[in-house]
Amino acid sequence: MTESRKARILIADDEPNIVLSLEFLMKKEGFEVAVVGDGEAALQKAAEFAPDLILLDVMMPKKSGYEVCEALRADPARAGVKIIMLTAKGRETEVAKGLALGADAYITKPFSTKDMVARIKSLLA
Amino acid sequence: MIRSRLTAQRLFALFLLGVVLFNFPVLHIFNRGGDVFGIPLLYAYLMVIWLVLIGLLAVTVEGGTD
Amino acid sequence: MLQGWVIVVVSLVYLGILFAIAWYGDHRADTGRSLISSPVVYALSLGVYCTTWTFYGSVGRAAASGVGFLPIYLGPTLLFALAGFVLMKMLRVAKANRITSIADFVASRYGKSQLLGGLVTIIAVVGIIPYIALQLKAVSNSFSVIESYPQIIMPASVAAVPLHQDGALYVAIILAGFTILFGTRHLDATERHEGMVAAIAFESIIKLVAFLAVGIFVVWGIHDGFADIFAKAAALPAMAQRSGGAPVTPVAYGSWGALLFLAMFASLLLPRQFQIAIVENVNPGHLRRAVWMFPLYLLLINLFVLPVALAGMIHFPTGVDADTFVLTLPMAHQQEFLTLFVYIGGLSAATGMVIVETIALSTMVCNDLVMPALFRLPFFRLEERSDLSGLLLTIRRVAIGVILALGYLYFRIAGEAHALVSIGLISFVAVAQFAPAVFGALYWKGGTRDGALAGLLVGFMVWGYTLMLPSFAKSGWLPVDFMSSGMFGLDILRPQSLFGLTGFDEITHCMIWSLLGNTVAYAGVSLLRAPTAREAHQAAVFVSGNIEGLPVWRGSAGVTDLLPLVARFLGAEKAKAAFAEYAQHRGVFGINGLKADAGLVLFAENLLAGAIGSGSARAMVASVVEEEPLGIDEVMHILDEASQMRSYSIELEAKSRELQEATTELRDANARLRELDRMKDDFISTVTHELRTPLTSIRAFSEMLHEDPDIDVTERVRFLGIIVSETERLSRLINQILDLAKLDSGRGEWSVNTLRPGEVIREAADSMLALFHEKAVSLELDLPDPGPAALADRDRLMQVMVNLLSNALKFVPKSEGRVSVVLRVTSSPDMKKIIRVSVTDNGPGIRLEDQELIFEKFRQGGDVMTDKPQGTGLGLPITRQIVEYFGGRLWVESTLTKGACFVFTLPLHEDDNIENK
Repeated sequence: MTESRKARILIADDEPNIVLSLEFLMKKEGFEVAVVGDGEAALQKAAEFAPDLILLDVMMPKKSGYEVCEALRADPARAGVKIIMLTAKGRETEVAKGLALGADAYITKPFSTKDMVARIKSLLA
Repeated sequence: MIRSRLTAQRLFALFLLGVVLFNFPVLHIFNRGGDVFGIPLLYAYLMVIWLVLIGLLAVTVEGGTD
Repeated sequence: MLQGWVIVVVSLVYLGILFAIAWYGDHRADTGRSLISSPVVYALSLGVYCTTWTFYGSVGRAAASGVGFLPIYLGPTLLFALAGFVLMKMLRVAKANRITSIADFVASRYGKSQLLGGLVTIIAVVGIIPYIALQLKAVSNSFSVIESYPQIIMPASVAAVPLHQDGALYVAIILAGFTILFGTRHLDATERHEGMVAAIAFESIIKLVAFLAVGIFVVWGIHDGFADIFAKAAALPAMAQRSGGAPVTPVAYGSWGALLFLAMFASLLLPRQFQIAIVENVNPGHLRRAVWMFPLYLLLINLFVLPVALAGMIHFPTGVDADTFVLTLPMAHQQEFLTLFVYIGGLSAATGMVIVETIALSTMVCNDLVMPALFRLPFFRLEERSDLSGLLLTIRRVAIGVILALGYLYFRIAGEAHALVSIGLISFVAVAQFAPAVFGALYWKGGTRDGALAGLLVGFMVWGYTLMLPSFAKSGWLPVDFMSSGMFGLDILRPQSLFGLTGFDEITHCMIWSLLGNTVAYAGVSLLRAPTAREAHQAAVFVSGNIEGLPVWRGSAGVTDLLPLVARFLGAEKAKAAFAEYAQHRGVFGINGLKADAGLVLFAENLLAGAIGSGSARAMVASVVEEEPLGIDEVMHILDEASQMRSYSIELEAKSRELQEATTELRDANARLRELDRMKDDFISTVTHELRTPLTSIRAFSEMLHEDPDIDVTERVRFLGIIVSETERLSRLINQILDLAKLDSGRGEWSVNTLRPGEVIREAADSMLALFHEKAVSLELDLPDPGPAALADRDRLMQVMVNLLSNALKFVPKSEGRVSVVLRVTSSPDMKKIIRVSVTDNGPGIRLEDQELIFEKFRQGGDVMTDKPQGTGLGLPITRQIVEYFGGRLWVESTLTKGACFVFTLPLHEDDNIENK
């Protein structure tokens, strides 16, 4: 990542209003943003858009967030990408599963926008 | 293994039935002239009862009702 | 083609095949993959009951006496009906006590008496010898009959044939050699011969197929079916004077009944039947199949007996022995191959009988006669020999030879005087003498050794006097006046009308007197004294069945005494292996860890009993054990305690069964609870997810608006709009969850009235009209006016319609969407009148596998839970619950891409008294 280049963030969630809010938030923080609505599109976009960080919802159509995470971690070309998993199910087993699959952070919904921005910045630093 | 008491009792009943059907006086009822489809009555009686008895034995021991 | 050498070669090839099967069966047994571990093989091997007597003799008997041959086969059918009681018990007792023969069984029961074992053996051998002679006669006759093919010449009288030309002699020699090869290849502690059983089962198939073949040929090949034969036979002069040969007088019925019971006893008590049914049985469960399969086998092999006999009488009015009809009928019609096949069938019937019978008898002779005698004679110094297993095998081999030699001798002396069946019946009556002692053994604790001895002796003597001696007399070996005027010239002692009893045939006559005397002596002598300790013990083991291993004497012997003793009979290796297994069973490490207790002694004794019989085993063990016999009082005391313990343990078992049942119930209830708990957990987790999703948007947008006052107005309005709609979604969700909870718990408030669903539907449609217009979707209603009535809650029914309509609206395409509602009265499958409402749309439709799923909570069409179209996933479950509450059903009919049709029904309410709301 070079200083001149804006950090890129990919948002993958199937809930349009949540996507909208995240997109707005990230753009306001000065990131370059792409959004997708399902797991397969997330993987495709991850290849095209080369994001530095992905906000990944767990429950998505076609491919779940876990599957996407696993696929990304298995792909050496995408090894450096940071992944934050988002879920509305906050059970500990799910957190553990996400982290075990190689996610860098796990945020439960609803989240505080401030915390979210802070987590993203610290991960990209 | 013939486990069930009920099965054993049914078999015993079939034994008694056989003893009665294969002996005087029941035998005597069928021991007269005449024939069934050209087969002498007594012979036909014995063979049919025998077969029926075997069928009942089979149903009793192989049937899974006990 | 049927020259002598061809027949000999074919016979030897057949025997070779038998031997190969036996060898393979043994080989499989050695490698632990038993060939005979099948109920069908067990049932077939029991077919050894059918010997040449059946194969050739039944036809002869049928020719002479019509249906008179049948009791011999009806009897065993009745016996197997008793399997549940008698055979099962016998099998259990025999297995628990390692019984090796019928002699061993009787001896073991009455205090392991060597004397009794010896007597049973003598009766068996003497009694069976005529039966073996019968086989020799049949095989040699059949050989000489087919040898003269195509001419039909009856065999010459045996007396006219010099010894070296007598086929029966060679048959006897070959069979002896064959049996020795078969049965005494090795010594086994259980006296089982798996290979032999396999071969016997094979022989049963051969003789059955052969007999059926000749039967079918005679009935349909020569004649036009059964009726044709019976009709032609009726015209015979021989048939005119008797009514089908059936009994007509009470005495004749008596003979019939006597034969029935005689055969019933014989089919279990003949040494070969005991050997196959009890000793060779690998699994008591096999009995179940045999109960009907063995009688069926008997029925099949007898199916053509009478027709063949009658056909023989039609074809050969004179000059042909009826015992040869199965051969001579095919011969008369130039059926060479059939003749040869029938001959092989007869050979298989003979070899099967001879092999099993002589093996069983030789075991008895060796264990119960020769060994006890040898031990008593100091001359042989058996006590000092280290390995006796070779000696045991030699004794058995010699015994086989001697038995067959005796059979041949009887054939030379008395064989000509009788038809096949008469000879066999002599043997039947002999073994029937075991009946009182054997059945008493299983059901009467009071029977004693002395009683059994007395009964057997009396029965045997009566049999010898009234049946055996007359058979010699008829052959001219005894003075004939012995028959006509009785012993010592006393008329009352005439052998075949003893004490003036006349009218019965000789078999029935003998059976009446011998069994009567036998039973009276057995019971009477038994009652003279109380059972000894040992008898009482064995009686308990046999009658009550499960007081195994009860110590009957105090005293002990260690492994150092017992192992060498057993090794002398079984060989060192087998003995060591058996002791090692016992040690493992007892949980002791190694043979030397075994304690010198009564259990060990009993184990050794049982092991020996398998090889040399229980009587001898008892004597052997006694020689090394320093024993102190228990008095009768002590044994009775132990038995009492044991039976008390049994009743306690039965109570305990009942208790523990109850407990177990309760435990199972609890476990099931627990499992159900856990399942419910899991479902509740899942539900809550899903609800949480559903609630958090709108909450996430609301919080995110609120925080952004809150922290950033500079957001421009359009964005601000848009965000606030989202917040409002997500809030609505949230409230809807909460309402529905509460609604569902109410429906689930049955606490919903219902006001059920008679109403017209058509009106409610119209009302619901009106309320939704604006939404349909908005999306430009057409809504058609097809409702009869005034329409049928139903009992329902107006608001709830409204909710159902609104749910279904909004559901349809959600999925139909914009502007091209069409939704139609149809109401009809039809009848349900159980012929009740119902109202049927369908809501049809032209949306994407629902996959078949999802059509039930969509009625589950939080499930929606498409990928379960990952697809999130609009809606909460609770509408349809709620709707279904409401419809079901009204007594109707709700389902969906749909094919993918062709739209969906939701249908619900309501019971029709006939009362037209509509309350207007």
